[in-house]
Amino acid sequence: MLEIKDLQVKLEDEDKVILKGVSLTVEPGRVHAIMGPNGSGKSTLSYVLAGREGYEVTGGSATLDGHDLLDMEPEERAAVGLFLAFQYPVEIPGVGNMTFLRTSVNAQRRARGQEEMSSTEFLKLVREKAKDLAIDADMLKRPVNTGFSGGEKKRNEILQMAMLEPKMCILDETDSGLDVDAMKLVADGVNALRSEGRGFLVITHYQRLLNHIRPDVVHIMSDGRIVKTGGPELALEVETEGYGDIIEAGEPA
Amino acid sequence: MVARRELVARQRAEATEAWLDGRDLPAGGAWATTARREALVRLRTLGLPDRRDEYWKYTDPRSLTEREAPSAALFDPAGEPAMFHEIDRVKLVFVDGVFDAAQSDDPSLAGVEIERLAEASQADIHWARELFGVLEARGQEPVPRTLAAVNTAFAEDGVLIRVTGKAERPVSLIYLHNSETSDALLHHCVRLEPGAELTLLENGPGAARFCSVLEVDVADGARFNHVRTQGRDHERRAVTHVFARVGASAAFKSFTATVNGRLTRNEAVVEMAGARGLAHVAGAALGDGAFHQDDTVFITHAAEECETRQVFKKVLRNGAVGVFQGKILVKQAAQLTDGYQISQSLLLDEQSQFLVKPELEIYADDVKCSHGSTSGAIDLTQLFYLRTRGMPREEAEGLLVLAFLAEALEEIEDERLADDIRARLDGWLLRHRRA
Ligand SMILES: Nc1ncnc2c1ncn2[C@@H]1O[C@H](COP(=O)(O)OP(=O)(O)OP(=O)(O)O)[C@@H](O)[C@H]1O
Ligand SMILES: [Mg+2]
Repeated sequence: MLEIKDLQVKLEDEDKVILKGVSLTVEPGRVHAIMGPNGSGKSTLSYVLAGREGYEVTGGSATLDGHDLLDMEPEERAAVGLFLAFQYPVEIPGVGNMTFLRTSVNAQRRARGQEEMSSTEFLKLVREKAKDLAIDADMLKRPVNTGFSGGEKKRNEILQMAMLEPKMCILDETDSGLDVDAMKLVADGVNALRSEGRGFLVITHYQRLLNHIRPDVVHIMSDGRIVKTGGPELALEVETEGYGDIIEAGEPA
Repeated sequence: MVARRELVARQRAEATEAWLDGRDLPAGGAWATTARREALVRLRTLGLPDRRDEYWKYTDPRSLTEREAPSAALFDPAGEPAMFHEIDRVKLVFVDGVFDAAQSDDPSLAGVEIERLAEASQADIHWARELFGVLEARGQEPVPRTLAAVNTAFAEDGVLIRVTGKAERPVSLIYLHNSETSDALLHHCVRLEPGAELTLLENGPGAARFCSVLEVDVADGARFNHVRTQGRDHERRAVTHVFARVGASAAFKSFTATVNGRLTRNEAVVEMAGARGLAHVAGAALGDGAFHQDDTVFITHAAEECETRQVFKKVLRNGAVGVFQGKILVKQAAQLTDGYQISQSLLLDEQSQFLVKPELEIYADDVKCSHGSTSGAIDLTQLFYLRTRGMPREEAEGLLVLAFLAEALEEIEDERLADDIRARLDGWLLRHRRA
């Protein structure tokens, strides 16, 4: 469903090239993990897929179910089923979390020609999903991510994902900053959404999350390229031995 | 130097006399006539304002001081329900500054006496003489507010409200605009006796050119809530003045939403006269294009341990101009003052402007005062975040604009009033989406 081919990206305002030809395909129902050293371009890949400004695509393509993502507005990408759980969820003082969730859900429904969700229906749903993630009523009332702890922010990302039911979920370091229990909640949240039609791209530094969310494929990214692809055992190798050998072996000649 | 000052004074006196030529003070009983004559003296002494005045540098008062009101097209709200329509209130309607009995409610409200100035001013003696023109006169120092003196001298109508208990319902002043050339003056006085409570609502453009004065005396332990929306008519002009005296442990809260209007100047002059009083003055303004909106606030702390807040937010687009001039003066006796002032603008393009003059003048040594002013654009990271959740750019921007205004809207105590105003602002954002 998600097909990235030879994606090359540089910063719009600078000559800095960040992605140097990334290719990967996520099939429906599959979980792909991306690991890689700091600064290797993992977040950039997720931002470019989601449509953030400031990057220039200089080559390659990215499609979701045949839709040319790179040619769409961020909200159009969301409407065709793309979701990004941010590495650094954004605080929006003044916008209530509930308003934010409802506006998001209804915007997507409208874009797909569906009827908006009634407020009772919405309330019921959000309470149910929030409960699964141990998100209390207070967090739903507060402004989006404002003053949330690191772990609360990450759980809030998963709540949004659960409410929006996207087809393709990209999770950028959703596990970082989580305590053991929160990690379990997040993993359960993700696992609850795993289904035949849904794909996941999980960016992480740690094997720990992948114990809970078993990936089908693991990619190692380094310096803007995917240097190695393998099964779950690759994540274990990283955990025990670090990136050194893997990256050297994968380095293009 | 001296010659120039004399020239300026002479020009001002001439302009003032030309404006006064052929105008007579309204007829009335002794107390009103005395107050009006004194206001006329103030007007002659101060002279009509012009651009050379320190506090009219950012806002040109010419269209407010011309003898004839510049005409203003009428606005069709296209079926939108009237402001505050779901609030149970005592309605008093003025059309182009003229009281409309047919559209008004019977002004009976337990613990509240409501009279019209037009009637009360005919009596020889009235409680309002302690207030009418009195706070206005006090408020002329150190900064002249001459148009308020004009109002005291020439306004024929308005309401005089004395509150002795806790009013069950708000009093709602509704200002309709039906004539393209109307020039309205209204003068209101509100006296809250110790421990009394009242919410006063005002809404509507009032006239092509509207000038109002509201004098409020909040006695010890009393609470006054003021929520106002100024009409959406694009071409209307308004200059409003609120003069408040806040007693010990009393509370004064005033919120104004300004949406559209060619020119709006809202002055608030508040004196914290008793210990542990509280005053919050807030405003939210939305302007697109030919819009000039000015909040000029002067808060004097004359007593100990008072808390005051000024929170002003303006959203400006297509060359709209916002002005904020806010001062906190802390007198020597006002120890333990807590004064806060924030003024912020959200500029939706590069043509729009926000002009500010924040001032602190402090003579007491143990005080906490802070002020801040910012001018910014929509936060692109927040905008991107919202859009990744599926919101179209316009909708996401609207949400961020409302978020920007939130701190000002929070100053409205009554949630139903706040919700009504929020819905109107939201409606404005929908109509004024970027082309
Ligand atoms: N907008 C930007 N401006 C400047 N440099 C940028 C920008 N975006 C990304 N970069 C740079 O591109 C490189 C890749 O960054 P990116 O955030 O994609 O890394 P990452 O793999 O997600 O790292 P981490 O594991 O630390 O999250 C880094 O060197 C980063 O500094
Ligand atoms: Mg990253």
